[in-house]
Amino acid sequence: MVRLRELASMEDRLVSGHGLCLGCGIPVIMKVVLRATTDPIVIANATGCLEVCTSRFPWTSWRTTWMHSAFENAASTIAGVEAMYKALVRKGKIPKDKKIKFLAIGGDGGTYDIGFQALSGAAERGHDFVYICYDNNVYANTGGQRSAATPLGASATTSPAGSKIPGKMQKRKDLTQIMAAHGIPYVAQASPHRWMDLYNKAKKAFEVDGPAFLNVLTPCPLEWKYDESQGMRIANLAADTCVWPLYEVENGKYKINYFPKEKLPVIKWLEPQGRFRHLFKEENKWLIDEIQKSVDEDWERLQRLAKL
Amino acid sequence: MKKAKTLEELKNATWKELPIGTVNPDPANSLKNFTGTWRSGKKPIFKKDTCIHCLFCWVYCPDMAIIVKDGKVLGINYDYCKGCGICEVECPTKPKSIEMVKEEVTLS
Ligand code: SF4
Ligand code: SF4
Repeated sequence: MVRLRELASMEDRLVSGHGLCLGCGIPVIMKVVLRATTDPIVIANATGCLEVCTSRFPWTSWRTTWMHSAFENAASTIAGVEAMYKALVRKGKIPKDKKIKFLAIGGDGGTYDIGFQALSGAAERGHDFVYICYDNNVYANTGGQRSAATPLGASATTSPAGSKIPGKMQKRKDLTQIMAAHGIPYVAQASPHRWMDLYNKAKKAFEVDGPAFLNVLTPCPLEWKYDESQGMRIANLAADTCVWPLYEVENGKYKINYFPKEKLPVIKWLEPQGRFRHLFKEENKWLIDEIQKSVDEDWERLQRLAKL
Repeated sequence: MKKAKTLEELKNATWKELPIGTVNPDPANSLKNFTGTWRSGKKPIFKKDTCIHCLFCWVYCPDMAIIVKDGKVLGINYDYCKGCGICEVECPTKPKSIEMVKEEVTLS
């Protein structure tokens, strides 16, 4: 079991001085994930909050090899680097025992939507890489537009709650399941508030031979509209309401890593977030029931999968 | 043409002096970008007497602004702390070993 004391003694590969919002969940995730291997890491980072805020020229917050990829191709970029590494090892230009980890990072916009084709392709081709999606449920870097990860009923700038619609009218896409359906060796869903679970998952992801995918819930004070000190509490509510179950799929075998002591109603998760405020109006309350129903169904299905 | 290497050179470089592919030759140079100036209104105060050094504040701080040495919290790095207050919320001791206090804002 890893201790925070050990992690704190390691050097940051993503350093202070970045321009991410106060209270942002992304650097917390990166702090833990980038410590889950001691090998050198090469990163391809899709356009998004993390990329923009850590590489505003001439500044960089990275102390590891890092490349900016366009929204759509972080997975292709890292696949190319990994293929080159293998070729150079074959030609004897890189020693066989020189291990390097290959990591692609994207937000939900760059992963669920724009970069999905590249990700699916790289996973199918079996490159030895890890893909991390920091899922903050929205295009936070470009003005808060809805993405395929935006949950049902959330107000976003392109699905604004008003007299016509009560926020986004579609259910979010379940990308973790879609990646599991690729049959790759390791897929997991995690959250920064449970740092050890996140660390263990990142470590497994780096260690497996072949593609690994991590989907990590990322509290976003700007677009979720909550008090910025509450990020980890909100993430905790996502896990306790089963809105964001923590689980992994290792070689096809499902395992749920966290069962809430008492499964909370989704209202607890919706309440503190301004993006759901309109749901509490009398005329929109039916949608809260819909959300609850959908969360319950997904949680039931996940438990059945874990029993297979 | 001499290529820009240091932060100062990069800041003032003409396009001809930029490194090819705008490779940044100065890793982690954002450590010289003091985001502590963003803090508006509140800042964390560390109280060592009640701290149990669980390091929750360290792991959950989005700005790597909790100073830890040999597994012990030494204090807050105000050069980078943006004042979000996550450290106070996550601190498990009673009373809290990190407390957010009002801070006078000086506009520079
Ligand atoms: S969270 Fe509180 S008790 Fe834990 S190390 Fe930080 S200040 Fe100390
Ligand atoms: S207030 Fe926020 S940025 Fe400042 S030390 Fe605490 S967690 Fe870090």
